[in-house]
Amino acid sequence: MTESPRVEFLWWTGCPSWERALAELREEMTALGLDPGSIEAREVTAEADAEREGFPGSPTIRIDGRDVSPTEEPIGLTCRVYRLRDGRGSPLPDRADVREALEG
Amino acid sequence: MTVAIGDVAPELELRGTDGRTHALLSGDSAPATVVFWTCNHCPYAIGWHDRLVEAARDYQSREVRFLAINSNDPDRYAADSFEAMVERVERERWPFPYLHDETQEVARAWGAKVTPHVYVLDSEHRLRYQGAPDPDYQEPAHNASWMREAIDAVLANEQPSRAETDPVGCSVKWKP
Repeated sequence: MTESPRVEFLWWTGCPSWERALAELREEMTALGLDPGSIEAREVTAEADAEREGFPGSPTIRIDGRDVSPTEEPIGLTCRVYRLRDGRGSPLPDRADVREALEG
Repeated sequence: MTVAIGDVAPELELRGTDGRTHALLSGDSAPATVVFWTCNHCPYAIGWHDRLVEAARDYQSREVRFLAINSNDPDRYAADSFEAMVERVERERWPFPYLHDETQEVARAWGAKVTPHVYVLDSEHRLRYQGAPDPDYQEPAHNASWMREAIDAVLANEQPSRAETDPVGCSVKWKP
């Protein structure tokens, strides 16, 4: 295993995609030789938590503090709309965006 | 409340983005009717939307009626305001009415849980299928297959082999 970057995974139970997003993140980290055990997973349960975390919706993945798909959406308990590379809207980030962010 | 398979669906009478009032009974010549809850802000509703639009266009020649309903509280999600609904339909040229359930009474009467939540009714407005459009919001190739199977069964005067699935999406945003 190579040294892992800081990987944060923030989620809210109101959006059911978080488990799949976390599984895909783990897969991408493993494929790159990174330790998925190092993921800092934090549940966001209240608007006050969202404010404190700068949480623009679930799921949110940050690599060394940078969002894998930066957004201007307001902070709050909501489901994030990601734009996939083929233009479709999705509750999950594009895996290629996650991979690129992990590769630095 | 909730609607069970085989029940006659509760009547609805809601304002659409086209300025007209739409009712279930006003389409009583349709051999099948699809009523589905959706909204503007939810990634699941957005992810499945094109598949529902395509199905509506595919079944137009069979006179299957589609009604989209948004029951979300716009005070919590401004993207789901009536004005935003009007703007979206005009921009995207939807092939079906987009109805505003301002009081949320219709969502409660039907037991709508999430967006999207699909209901397929027969010609007598009895519920024949309720649930998700297909198995995976992330995979367009599924092409709303569960919903299409149900519509095809209703059009053939048969019972859908799959009457219920778990709807997946964002919860309906109830008013406090």
